Amino acid sequence: MSSVSKETIATVADMAGRYEAGFVTDIETEKAPKGLSEDIVRFISGKKGEPDWMLGWRLKAYRKWLEMPEPEWAKVDFPPLDYQDAYYYAAPKSAGDGPKSLDDVDPKLLETYEKLGIPLREQEILAGVQNRTPVAVDVVFDSVSVATTFKEKLKEAGVIFCSISEAIKNHPDLVQKYMGSVVPPGDNKHACLNSAVFTDGSFVYIPPGVRCPMELSTYFRINELNTGQFERTLIIADKGSYVSYLEGCTAPMRDENQLHAAVVELIVHDDAEIKYSTVQNWYPGDFETGQGGVYNFVTKRALCEGRNAKVSWTQVETGSAITWKYPSCILKGDNSQGEFYSVAITNGRQQADTGTKMIHIGKNTKSRIISKGISAGRSNNTYRGLVKILPKAEGARNFTQCDSLLIGDHCGAHTVPYIESRNKSARLEHEATTSKISEDQLFYCTQRGIDEEEALALIVNGFAREVMQHLPMEFAVEAQKLVGISLEGSVG
Amino acid sequence: MLHIEDLHASIETDDGAREILKGISLDVPAGQVHAIMGPNGSGKSTLSYVLAGREDYEVTGGTVELDGIDLLDLEPEERAAAGLFLAFQYPVEIPGVNMSTFLKTAINSIRKQRGADELDALAMLKRIKAACARLGIADDMMKRSVNVGFSGGEKKRNEVLQMAMLEPKFCVLDETDSGLDIDALKVVADGVNAMRSPDRSFLVITHYQRLLDYIRPDVVHVLAKGKIVKTGGPELAKELEATGYAEFLDEVA
Ligand SMILES: Nc1ncnc2c1ncn2[C@@H]1O[C@H](COP(=O)(O)OP(=O)(O)O)[C@@H](O)[C@H]1O
Ligand SMILES: [Mg+2]
Repeated sequence: MSSVSKETIATVADMAGRYEAGFVTDIETEKAPKGLSEDIVRFISGKKGEPDWMLGWRLKAYRKWLEMPEPEWAKVDFPPLDYQDAYYYAAPKSAGDGPKSLDDVDPKLLETYEKLGIPLREQEILAGVQNRTPVAVDVVFDSVSVATTFKEKLKEAGVIFCSISEAIKNHPDLVQKYMGSVVPPGDNKHACLNSAVFTDGSFVYIPPGVRCPMELSTYFRINELNTGQFERTLIIADKGSYVSYLEGCTAPMRDENQLHAAVVELIVHDDAEIKYSTVQNWYPGDFETGQGGVYNFVTKRALCEGRNAKVSWTQVETGSAITWKYPSCILKGDNSQGEFYSVAITNGRQQADTGTKMIHIGKNTKSRIISKGISAGRSNNTYRGLVKILPKAEGARNFTQCDSLLIGDHCGAHTVPYIESRNKSARLEHEATTSKISEDQLFYCTQRGIDEEEALALIVNGFAREVMQHLPMEFAVEAQKLVGISLEGSVG
Repeated sequence: MLHIEDLHASIETDDGAREILKGISLDVPAGQVHAIMGPNGSGKSTLSYVLAGREDYEVTGGTVELDGIDLLDLEPEERAAAGLFLAFQYPVEIPGVNMSTFLKTAINSIRKQRGADELDALAMLKRIKAACARLGIADDMMKRSVNVGFSGGEKKRNEVLQMAMLEPKFCVLDETDSGLDIDALKVVADGVNAMRSPDRSFLVITHYQRLLDYIRPDVVHVLAKGKIVKTGGPELAKELEATGYAEFLDEVA
């Protein structure tokens, strides 16, 4: 990030202590009444000025949701969710009818993002930092998108990058064709809730043959108390196109749990590629007691629809009280490829159950899974993965590697790989290791003058390197720092 | 420079605490090179670890001062910043952390503790390149993970490289010669000799006197069963070469 944002990050660190993004923005907010009902669904749809088809879709999902059971198979433990005790819509009053030009955005919001180190002012980005590639950002604050940068420049290339609310209005054909095609509302209870009450998120369409001229990113922030965030992201890469997309997230420190149930759908056509990266840093809850923190229940799935389609998920998960997340790939097109690179760090009382599903349908489909789990404190960290080879997936290949690193004696690491192969020609390889942080390594570093926390961050970043190196350059450095921050308090 | 007095240290084993250093006293004035020789298992590595502050060992008595600073009171990284460097007998592998990142982090950590500005990437690169050139280390070694897949000779040379870069005032070399062929040994010795200066001292731990042909010590000590049993000039090393350690093992026992 630029030097300005570094400074602001440091300021925020002083304000909030351990969790650097833990401050609250004091801004006037418009909220829906508390609780969940058909009326709330109508309220959200109305607020967004949505067409009837969208409201109908939401209501159908809502009715389905009422009947669906909670998923209970993950290795996470929390009291039953009280869906009536949360707000489902909160928007900064100044946001008005949705995103507008940056000049009209409430200065308090701009300030918030500056504190977080998210550059929004296009001119500054372009003028200020030469050695940094500009990144287009869509910014979602609680339930609404407040700004999307570099829209014009992207438009020249034919790329559509806007909030999902705008896309519903301006590109209904695309939204209707693709929304719910990869993650249908009834997929699981959390995804179903999202389908009913999603408030904002990003929409990307890359036309045939276009290589998106810049990194795209969305930055999610939950600010309001007791407010769920239900964003929905839809990315379509048409034939022969390419896009790299990154999402980042933070929330203030709150004693109450905040629910975040997102859905991300990716559609990749012939010869196209999507590289999707996540740096997740939601508030993890209190270090000692585990009170508060975000419940991060996310459904992410990519459909490699066409031949030679390629998807790569890279995630660095350091935050949230509970992470329940399995970015997956449906490899339908012949020769299509799916990749999943994951670093999940849990500390304090955090719980993470994360992994991927690779569903091989087409011929010669390939998948690659590299998972690095790091557990510290009294946390629990589970890798859960499924590799499924369907009968027609002649010549399918999978390589899976799961490495777990334990810091201290009070944390847990678990690896749960499921494999289902229904084609004899498929070749699957699986490797797994579990190790403890080595005293020899720590001592070697401290003898060289590096203090124990920094030594730990260095060793863990080394352990996770195979994954970290898949992040876009612009974010890799920040992600490495985040690794260090999230391990604070785990040694000594 | 370094002043050790009646140092006792033990380690926790399954059968309770076991004393390994049994009252070591040693004085290494500024500018001098002292050698410590002794049979396997006599406590040489233990002494180096205790000086560097490894947690597994409990100091049960005695004092260690470096230029008047009580080392035993400091964390390992603080001892490093105070000027203590240990070239490990068995350098540790750190997968995924490349040498230049590691060196950068170490140098800047020490500079920070000493109140100096951090070096920027360019200045750092220049220093690393210069030090590599002096020690005949190929640049591409800096892109490899710390000690991972290094040959025995590369590992030892890497220890000397780090020693040169961190500018310590007191260097402990724990069997840096073992496993080296004569050419590698010379490179290591040249590296050490280039660093000799009136305000830097060395404690060279070795099993064989061969290294001492290249790094000429001012004083030679014999360590056996956790005690220093004999001290003399360089000629003592030659004597040991001829007679072996048997007499000391008997003397103490
Ligand atoms: N971690 C340990 N646990 C138990 N015994 C140890 C440990 N480290 C060293 N020792 C014992 O202490 C003695 C001295 O070891 P060391 O200092 O490595 O000797 P040297 O370096 O002179 O060969 C040996 O008997 C060794 O077995
Ligand atoms: Mg030894």
